[in-house]
Amino acid sequence: MTVTCMSTTSLAIAVLRKGLARVRRSPHPGRDTRGETSIVPKDSIAANALAAVVAIMTFLAAVTSGGVAMVIGSANEWQSEVAREMTIQVRPIPGRDIEAEVGRAQALARAAPGVVEARTYTREESDRLLEPWLGSGLSLDDLPVPRMIAVKIARGAAVDTAALRRSLARDVVGASLDDHRGGIDRMRRMAKAAIAGGIGIFGLVLAATILSVAFATRGAMASNWTIVEVLHFVGAKEAYIASQFQRHFLGLGLKGGVLGGAAAILGFVLVRSVSDLFVGTAGEAEAAALFGGFSLGFMGYVVVAAEVVLIAAITALTSRQVVIHTLRRID
Amino acid sequence: MVGDSESGVIQFENVGLRYGLGPEILRDLTFHIAPRSFQFLSGPSGAGKSSLLRLLFLTLKPTRGLITLFDHDTATLSSDSLAVLRRRIGVVFQDFRLLDHLSTFENVALPLRVIGRREESYYDEVAELLGWVGLGERMWSLPPVLSGGEKQRAAIARAVIARPQLLLADEPTGNVDPQLAQRLLRLFIELNKSGTSVVIATHDIALMDQYDARRLVLHDGHMHVYD
Repeated sequence: MTVTCMSTTSLAIAVLRKGLARVRRSPHPGRDTRGETSIVPKDSIAANALAAVVAIMTFLAAVTSGGVAMVIGSANEWQSEVAREMTIQVRPIPGRDIEAEVGRAQALARAAPGVVEARTYTREESDRLLEPWLGSGLSLDDLPVPRMIAVKIARGAAVDTAALRRSLARDVVGASLDDHRGGIDRMRRMAKAAIAGGIGIFGLVLAATILSVAFATRGAMASNWTIVEVLHFVGAKEAYIASQFQRHFLGLGLKGGVLGGAAAILGFVLVRSVSDLFVGTAGEAEAAALFGGFSLGFMGYVVVAAEVVLIAAITALTSRQVVIHTLRRID
Repeated sequence: MVGDSESGVIQFENVGLRYGLGPEILRDLTFHIAPRSFQFLSGPSGAGKSSLLRLLFLTLKPTRGLITLFDHDTATLSSDSLAVLRRRIGVVFQDFRLLDHLSTFENVALPLRVIGRREESYYDEVAELLGWVGLGERMWSLPPVLSGGEKQRAAIARAVIARPQLLLADEPTGNVDPQLAQRLLRLFIELNKSGTSVVIATHDIALMDQYDARRLVLHDGHMHVYD
């Protein structure tokens, strides 16, 4: 305890000595050594309000772009998942041994180049597929329930479906191949529509962000017109005045942008953590099938960072434009 | 590039000014301001004093006529060249136009700061001038806590810190008591003696009567010069 008190006291004395030394070194008694005051005031109400507007608009733009990135990712995932699957259906034909026909079909599928797996649904599994329509507890032994073979295709491989279809028609009675082409085409159209819609919404949000930030910057600049005028009268060149404001507003834009972007990323991380709590539940499976994972991915972070830089640049350039406009008005 | 040699500080030749499509506010002004001269600019309200001052410190362009400043035709100069010329003119505004977030020292040092000088290089100069105008103790005070007279002196110090060749002052004694007005007049006279041409726009007859100087009187847009 004594040691702690001693060390705290020593630390306080050291800090005081350092402060005194700094004041002694200062060529200007009464002022610290932080250097020249910024020509554009740093902590005004207008500046804080502008930083808040930039933060809110960056947050909205980042959430929108993150959402669009997730939709694009999910749409691509749906397409590739469905495109990597085919189904062989073998209908029972009177007088034929369906198990033998199914075995031949499975062998043909496995032999096709590009196929990594061909799994036959057992009789019980086939019956369970019909339960949602026919209910449970019914005996389906007397019904001609077709048997299914799920065929999985290697990633990036292309299976010659026409050749497989011909082999099945030749060697297996009652067999047909469904490569889900119609479904894939519909899904592709749906995914394209979702991506186009997402990009459209993102474009609108970005435009709204740019306009809001530009107008908020103009508003914040209104309180600084006297500074522009005074600098002009004391002989400052246009580039000097513009650079003072551009630097200040770039700082404000970055401050607001980083806050808004960080809040959006934090939001995505939180939603992801919450969704992880429900892993394995039916709701989570449905949400995952629909939206994919709530993860931004590397490109998502890059887009959010680009938005922060873009919005900060817009803030800085707008302030420059207002300064130049004000100077032209004075002249 | 703006040169240094000049035969006159300002020369007006048949200068006229109108705002938009309105009537001419200033008509056929022809006069000159010589180096090291001292003059009062007066006239009734609405005679065009403020407009003439704005022409003098290059924030208005005439609708006709020629203004020559330090031997340069102002109509042909770029904005950067005009900025360089403005550095040779000190302006004292009626409403002071001090920046409230900068200390008195920093306000006065502004003309030196915008030309890229470091604080170490001008600290002594500014401190000495502030002492001279009686603001040595108020060096680090912000303008909102200064009195009207102190603000006026700070504005004058800012106008003269870069040793301008021409000083334009708009009603510099308008906000101060007669004693301080007299002190400020002495300050302007001292500046003039050190080589600066001075133009003081004022309504104050008593002030003008205290010093025998050239008078430029505006009336109905015309100028009458009393040497």
